[in-house]
Amino acid sequence: MKRSLLLAAAVALALPFAASAHKAWLQPSQTVLAGTDPWITVDAAVSNDLFYFNHVPLRLDNLVITAPDGSRVQPQNAATGKYRSVFDVQLAQQGTYRLAVVNSGLFASWEEDGKPRRWRGTPATFAAEVPRDAKNLQVSQSVGRIETFVTNGSPDETALKPTGEGIELVPLTHPNDLYAGEQARFRVLVDGKPAPGLEFEIVRGGTRYRNAQEEIKVASDAAGEFAVTWPQPGMYWLEATTQDGKTSVPQARQRRLSYVATLEVLPQ
Amino acid sequence: MRAKLFFAVSGLLTLPAYAAELQVQVEIPKLNVAEYHRPYVAIWLEGADQKVAADLAVWYQQKDTAEGHGTKWLPDLRQWWRKSGRNLDLPVDGVTGPTRPVGRHTLKFDARQPQLAKLPPGQYTLVVEAAREVGGRELVKIPFAWPAKAPQSGKAQGSTELGAVSLAVRP
Repeated sequence: MKRSLLLAAAVALALPFAASAHKAWLQPSQTVLAGTDPWITVDAAVSNDLFYFNHVPLRLDNLVITAPDGSRVQPQNAATGKYRSVFDVQLAQQGTYRLAVVNSGLFASWEEDGKPRRWRGTPATFAAEVPRDAKNLQVSQSVGRIETFVTNGSPDETALKPTGEGIELVPLTHPNDLYAGEQARFRVLVDGKPAPGLEFEIVRGGTRYRNAQEEIKVASDAAGEFAVTWPQPGMYWLEATTQDGKTSVPQARQRRLSYVATLEVLPQ
Repeated sequence: MRAKLFFAVSGLLTLPAYAAELQVQVEIPKLNVAEYHRPYVAIWLEGADQKVAADLAVWYQQKDTAEGHGTKWLPDLRQWWRKSGRNLDLPVDGVTGPTRPVGRHTLKFDARQPQLAKLPPGQYTLVVEAAREVGGRELVKIPFAWPAKAPQSGKAQGSTELGAVSLAVRP
């Protein structure tokens, strides 16, 4: 009994969405840069408080860094510690970089010889690794994106081009062009199509030093667009989650989608 | 031949004795701080649409250091960087230069110079933004009309990173 509980706990911690009540985030050291070869460093963690590392690190296995020319760039000096992961990015090109941890996968649980079994993998490995006649088979799918944006020099949008999978934002206002007191507009897509009625929760960092979350709630309109007027400068965490039935395997009845972005809002 | 010479000379005589002129004076204040660094300063003209109509001057660290030229810190001039700096190929001849010491600095531009030559008539704002390492950041504005039909002047007083800033426009 104890062993299976421990196993469940271990698997739960390894699952990207185990800490689903917590906030996952990337925090770059800076988002507006200049020069021929500037560097940034990024923290990646899962925690309840923004932006404090006090729970578990965000794993960097599925980190994708897209350069302004659309190519992939590797992080440097990546490390995962007790409460956070950290990595450096060398911004050799001018333009906007997109830094994202993209976790998508299938999760299955069933009973085998009276004991609960858990499995996690991809649609490709599902057929091979999950028994077809598994008892009480429950399969769910999730697609999650945790991202942030950094610009060296003049902002551009090549790296921001939607991949067409999961929840993504189309920048009507560029994410590195955000200033306190100004309104920013975005369009939200699910699998490449504008998604109306998607609810966003936006929280400014520095929660330790105030008495309320002061979260901003906004939902996308019929065109999938929403606007935010930033009350103060700071780092903002933005999240939207939704569910649908567009799964990759028929045994999975539900797909959970989530999106997190860290946006830096500068003072005037 | 003689007729041609006459016309050429009369052409010269019809040029104005002087062109319209814009003079900006910026004071970098003396500050009593333990660690002093000369401020980065950007001076520009904004149209009624708040877009940059002309960059007049940008003073920043020109020396090479391990972190490259002082271009790394240009985004600290937040408004200038956003409105102009990030789209420029720096350095810009006649605009960018090294940081300046404490004191009053006068810049003169006449209407024939590139910054003013193509300026359409209208209401403008002179903007001066300064940011200092381990210091603060300040921005001052002086509105004026271009071209000047009569001499205009304007003043603004910074309180922290800038001293007296004045503008004189001569028709």
